[in-house]
Amino acid sequence: MTTREMIKIENLNKSFGDLHVLKNINLEVFESDVVCLIGASGSGKSTLLRCLNFLEKKDNGNIIIEGKEITPSTHDINEIRQKVGMVFQHFNLFPHMTVLENIIEAPVHVKKVSKKEAIEEAKVLLSKVGLGDKADVYPSKLSGGQKQRVAIARALAMKPDIMLFDEPTSALDPELVGEVLATMKELAEDGMTMVVVTHEMGFAREVADWIIYMNEGMIIEKGHPEEFFENPKEERTREFLSTTQLK
Amino acid sequence: MPSFSHFFETLVSNKGLFIDAMLLTLKLTAVSILFGIIIGLFFALLKLSRSKILSFISDAYVYLVRGTPLIVQIFILYFGISGVFLIPDFWAAALALAFHNGAYIAEIFRGTIQSIDKGQMEAGRSLGMSKGLAMRRIILPQAFRRALPPLGNQFIIGLKDSSLAAFISMNELFNVATTLGSNNFDEMTYLLIVAVYYLVLVALLTILVRMFENRLAVSDR
Repeated sequence: MTTREMIKIENLNKSFGDLHVLKNINLEVFESDVVCLIGASGSGKSTLLRCLNFLEKKDNGNIIIEGKEITPSTHDINEIRQKVGMVFQHFNLFPHMTVLENIIEAPVHVKKVSKKEAIEEAKVLLSKVGLGDKADVYPSKLSGGQKQRVAIARALAMKPDIMLFDEPTSALDPELVGEVLATMKELAEDGMTMVVVTHEMGFAREVADWIIYMNEGMIIEKGHPEEFFENPKEERTREFLSTTQLK
Repeated sequence: MPSFSHFFETLVSNKGLFIDAMLLTLKLTAVSILFGIIIGLFFALLKLSRSKILSFISDAYVYLVRGTPLIVQIFILYFGISGVFLIPDFWAAALALAFHNGAYIAEIFRGTIQSIDKGQMEAGRSLGMSKGLAMRRIILPQAFRRALPPLGNQFIIGLKDSSLAAFISMNELFNVATTLGSNNFDEMTYLLIVAVYYLVLVALLTILVRMFENRLAVSDR
């Protein structure tokens, strides 16, 4: 069986001033893979994710999306971003627009989909994330979990091939985490290619195809969830896992 | 001080002249605010652009306007513009006021645009929007809403500053009041009348801005 290589990263380096945040990162993500990036704060996992969407500019190395090496000088980054959806820790919904307007904004103004069509698709997406009744509400009226589900629907409205999640549940009250993870799990079951930065070990274990543990800007270990959690190879991974399991 | 009945009689008997003058004041204010917003937005975006040169041009403009008295600017622009182009006095005055308001409005917009969370631009860009589209659709509507209270303040200042157009012989409120006052050897009465006109106009402007704020605040409810 041949699966399509969606993302390939070769020798990626990134520094903020003197701080070397990503050190020679190599990574491959295949179609329908769910990859969870875990690691302590400051380990570089969010920066790595943001490089994939060109929100951070790499220093050197290659970023290959769907077989093509992408750089801001050779490709229209705006077109690449339409294929790579992003969900943020703090949702970043547009507060001056209703839920529906949030979702149709990019399809209508970037993809030039007709408004009628965009609205129909948005309603389908909204019921998919369980918020069919919230179309005309403003984001300020939603709970954190609902906001994040709207943000997921908004990203999906562009029909991306890949979805990036940057700590999607870290800003949520504990009782709201489950609903967002459930939505993400459904998405994974539908075959979406996903890269998820998360601290939710339970989710990673259950949903991920691959777990990647990062520390100090390096990928320390990569494995399937079973072997990764039951039988980690690296000492640093074991140390990290023992600290998270105390919770 | 004039007696109240004398004040009131003068107010009523001169209402035609004052209302004409008020309309001119309103026209001057409206045009100078409208153009001031356009100029202000333009220079705010220059200031926030990545180019150091454009940003410097914006700084220079704001510095020149804030660093010199309005009356000096009006005279320079009035004699300057009408020395080179033949334009009506009204437009010389209105453009001078707009040029002046623009600098303050540029600072208001710059501040409110910068106050919008960085994540908003990132969210727009991550959906494939260009920087310009995200600015227009995502950032500016939010920044404009946040700018309304300080803008309202600037509108009031602009309304009152339009009285300086009297010095380039615009027959706006202040000019009419001082002319009538000295013609009738009754300055104080006419100055009090014109003060009332300004107070009413400022009250209306305040209500207008507040109504606009409430309408835009719908997403907070």
